[in-house]
Amino acid sequence: MQMSKIVRLSADIMYPFVVIFGLYVIMHGHITPGGGFQGGAVVATGAALVIVAYALHDVKAMIPKVLLYLQESMGLLLFIGAGLAGMLLAFPFFFNWLANSGSLFGMPVPFGPNPGELNTAGFLPIMNIAVGIEVWGGLTLILLYMLSGVGKEGY
Amino acid sequence: MKRNLTILLLLVLAGMLLVLAAGFHYGTPLVSDMDDYFIRFGQEQIAANNIVCSIVFDYRGFDTLGESTVLFCAVIGVSLMFRRFLGGEDDADE
Repeated sequence: MQMSKIVRLSADIMYPFVVIFGLYVIMHGHITPGGGFQGGAVVATGAALVIVAYALHDVKAMIPKVLLYLQESMGLLLFIGAGLAGMLLAFPFFFNWLANSGSLFGMPVPFGPNPGELNTAGFLPIMNIAVGIEVWGGLTLILLYMLSGVGKEGY
Repeated sequence: MKRNLTILLLLVLAGMLLVLAAGFHYGTPLVSDMDDYFIRFGQEQIAANNIVCSIVFDYRGFDTLGESTVLFCAVIGVSLMFRRFLGGEDDADE
């Protein structure tokens, strides 16, 4: 059972903006309020919008479930891997080995209020991306599975 | 009668809570050593402007690792319970 055409068109228009805003919240987690969990939840809300506007069994084939599983597993692996990668360089587990290093995400930050720079904070952006894609895949899968049980009887 | 008594009890409890809350000094915690440390050294050590993010992902990284694992387990549990509704490819009893 689909919603009306107005709702469907609004969902079509809103969906890319929701996804872009979620990716922005993930990517700027170390500068502005937000982070991986919040941004991933925002992106998963976009999937909820599409599922609500269209019927689930119409969009079920369009949602790549294998990709979501892969996303979820890869997010957790990337999170642990970023922590473990420091151990190869003789740092403790979960040491922020990229901060102030001058390489990727390695610019120093002055003390006090400052405009902020994307290329800072060591492995925090990597962790944010890892948690973000994990929450994105995980919440979308939970939503998909739980909505598929709505209206079914006998279990 | 019983309903009036409940409302009266709730009002008394709310009043007590307000009197207690009026005595607190918000913004000036009694013990602030940890906060001062994070505010003073957070930007220098982690090089991130968002101190909350640097606490969540660096100082308390193990906590976030646990949270991610909990989410992973939750998704596995939900997909095990609800897989028959989605008409899975590897569904045995359909």
